[in-house]
Amino acid sequence: MAEKEQKERKRKPMVGLQPEGDVDWSSYRGVLVVVEQRAGKAKSVSWQLLGQGRRLADKLEAPLMALVIGSNVSHLAREAIYYGADRVFLCDSPELENYRTRPYSRVCLHVIRTYKPEIVLMGATYTGRDLAGAIATHLPTGLTADSTQLDVDDERLLLASRPAFSEKMLATILCKQFKPQMATARAGVFEALPRDESRTGEIIPVPPQMKPEEITTEVLEFLEATGKVNLEDADVIVAGGRGLGGPGAFRLLQDLADELGGVVGASRAAVDLGWIGHDHQIGQTGATVRPKLYFAIGISGAIQHVVGMQNATYIVAINKDPEAPIFKIANYGIVGDLFQIVPAITNAIRQRKAAKDAADPQQPSTPQTV
Amino acid sequence: MLHLVVCIKQVPDSREIRIDPKTNTLVREGVPAIVNYFDLHALEEALRIKDEHGARVTVITMGPPSAEKALRQCISMGADEAVLVSDRAFAGADTLATSYVLALAIQKAEDEWGPVDMVLCGKQTLDGDTGQVGPGIACRLDIEQLTYVEKVEYLDTEKREIVVHRHLEDGVERVKAKLPVLITALAELNRPRRASLPGLLRAARYRPIVWTTNDFPNIDRSKIGLRGSPTIVSKTWVPEPKQVNTEFIEGDGPEAVAQALIDRLYATDLPQKLGWT
Ligand SMILES: Cc1cc2nc3c(=O)[nH]c(=O)nc-3n(C[C@H](O)[C@H](O)[C@H](O)COP(=O)(O)OP(=O)(O)OC[C@H]3O[C@@H](n4cnc5c(N)ncnc54)[C@H](O)[C@@H]3O)c2cc1C
Ligand SMILES: Nc1ncnc2c1ncn2[C@@H]1O[C@H](COP(=O)(O)O)[C@@H](O)[C@H]1O
Repeated sequence: MAEKEQKERKRKPMVGLQPEGDVDWSSYRGVLVVVEQRAGKAKSVSWQLLGQGRRLADKLEAPLMALVIGSNVSHLAREAIYYGADRVFLCDSPELENYRTRPYSRVCLHVIRTYKPEIVLMGATYTGRDLAGAIATHLPTGLTADSTQLDVDDERLLLASRPAFSEKMLATILCKQFKPQMATARAGVFEALPRDESRTGEIIPVPPQMKPEEITTEVLEFLEATGKVNLEDADVIVAGGRGLGGPGAFRLLQDLADELGGVVGASRAAVDLGWIGHDHQIGQTGATVRPKLYFAIGISGAIQHVVGMQNATYIVAINKDPEAPIFKIANYGIVGDLFQIVPAITNAIRQRKAAKDAADPQQPSTPQTV
Repeated sequence: MLHLVVCIKQVPDSREIRIDPKTNTLVREGVPAIVNYFDLHALEEALRIKDEHGARVTVITMGPPSAEKALRQCISMGADEAVLVSDRAFAGADTLATSYVLALAIQKAEDEWGPVDMVLCGKQTLDGDTGQVGPGIACRLDIEQLTYVEKVEYLDTEKREIVVHRHLEDGVERVKAKLPVLITALAELNRPRRASLPGLLRAARYRPIVWTTNDFPNIDRSKIGLRGSPTIVSKTWVPEPKQVNTEFIEGDGPEAVAQALIDRLYATDLPQKLGWT
């Protein structure tokens, strides 16, 4: 027993029970977006969040801030300004080349405690969730995961809404007790502002908060998944479902996607049948996408699929069943057999391009190999 | 011997939850309670380490008394001890309050059964669905966290080093860390085993250890349960399905339909936005 008590006494006090420093929440102002990057390339969700952050900051009449962490990433600080930030914190240091929870979270904590944003947003990516969970506990504050709607009310409260119970419901979550109010948000849900190089802003350097020798984890290597589709960033997605009848018909979809400079997506049914890889899956248990143009081909339009693609700007549905629910959300519907319709569309586009090329031979619209 | 703690949660199988279309409320009746899917993968990984290196596996859950059943399932698979952290005062906890109580419970498990080398959690729960509790626990215990692990490449118990593969959107990262660590498990990590016969027999007789607030003399009662939870659910609603005026495109044969569609698309702002010429 005595031994036990001694052990308890030896323990450091647990973090995340009381906010550190002053708790005058009224001094917290503005929106901070933590920019995620790998090898100097930002994730598109970061710019999307700056877009939404700009809307919230304008409503709050407060500044929009961004935090860029990494090694050789000063260009991203400028990019963050082009995408809407007024002020960017830049922590650029060799030991921060790869994301690791502790050194990154210490930088975030330092910036949050020093510059006191009232809202902090991050992408609901693997890295974003890892980092946000650590920061929110340290501060401590409330954190809403995986938001799909973000707004503020008259009392400057962040209204973070997220799907619950397998997307069957939405819930709005508030944090009244602490600042900053934190949320992670899904990729593809919010729209980035157009990149504007004429925008100006302030870049504030921030030192790393851990010495390299204090960092005990080591990233040995990063194995890039080659051939993985990038659905989240695609402007055009041609998606197929069980109606394709087999893996072969995805060839037809690929042809159409190639003509449009797009990528191929799929419903879960097609993925579960093994016709195409899981990284093509769109919907609740796959990717949430926001392309400008979405083809739903041989997809019935189950709610679990629709939640992942309903924010496409234009939706074209091709289905032989006129009652298929997908038509309810489609801008253009074609009732018919996909095996006839899809090649016809591909052809029509080719012909249109060929006609254009014939009229204007100097500028072929199909990419040419040199 | 290694001491591994697995955090599991009993959850309603959300795939079975329906919305009553008349009242727009959740129908929970008859929805089975299961051990959160990813947590079984966390447990399986602990059991594999136990098989290979020898380890003591303690399973912990914070939940209502009915979560006993979930703990017995873990015992039947091969866990050594199961703890139910249960008290009315814990009810209504969000991830911040949950991670606090679980961290306290892990410290108490250390006092009872020796220092913890590894904490294993699931990637996320089916009901809470945040993936925040794992990082929260790591933070509270001040240990390293390795989230979204799809493979444990090796564990060196002498050097106290672990190398795991973390799954990311665009690839896989191999990371080395020093024990103690907390890992969160993906489904790709392993395939959970079935209960063994001796395991089932042991589980049938097994009564989980129950800890209440009284078992944590230093607990800060303002940091637990609903009171200790900064996030508040202000409203829930069933989303309206998006309604658009669908234009059905018809024509004489597939070519005509295709041509009509292309004409429509070219008449929108798509050519300008996508750089079609
Ligand atoms: C927990 C959970 C999570 C889920 N997550 C997802 C998810 O992330 N993504 C997802 O997509 N689904 C998901 N689902 C599954 C979802 O409920 C549906 O089962 C699935 O989306 C159906 O896929 P489908 O539309 O391809 O197949 P079906 O519903 O079988 O539809 C096939 C369609 O093809 C049409 N068709 C057939 N032949 C032709 C033809 N020759 N020409 C034209 N049309 C044709 C048919 O009329 C039909 O409408 C999930 C389900 C659950 C329970
Ligand atoms: N009440 C709980 N008791 C034990 N473990 C939990 C509890 N809640 C969450 N966890 C663990 O934390 C993980 C992530 O949960 P969540 O943050 O709710 O998505 C789960 O997979 C469990 O391993």
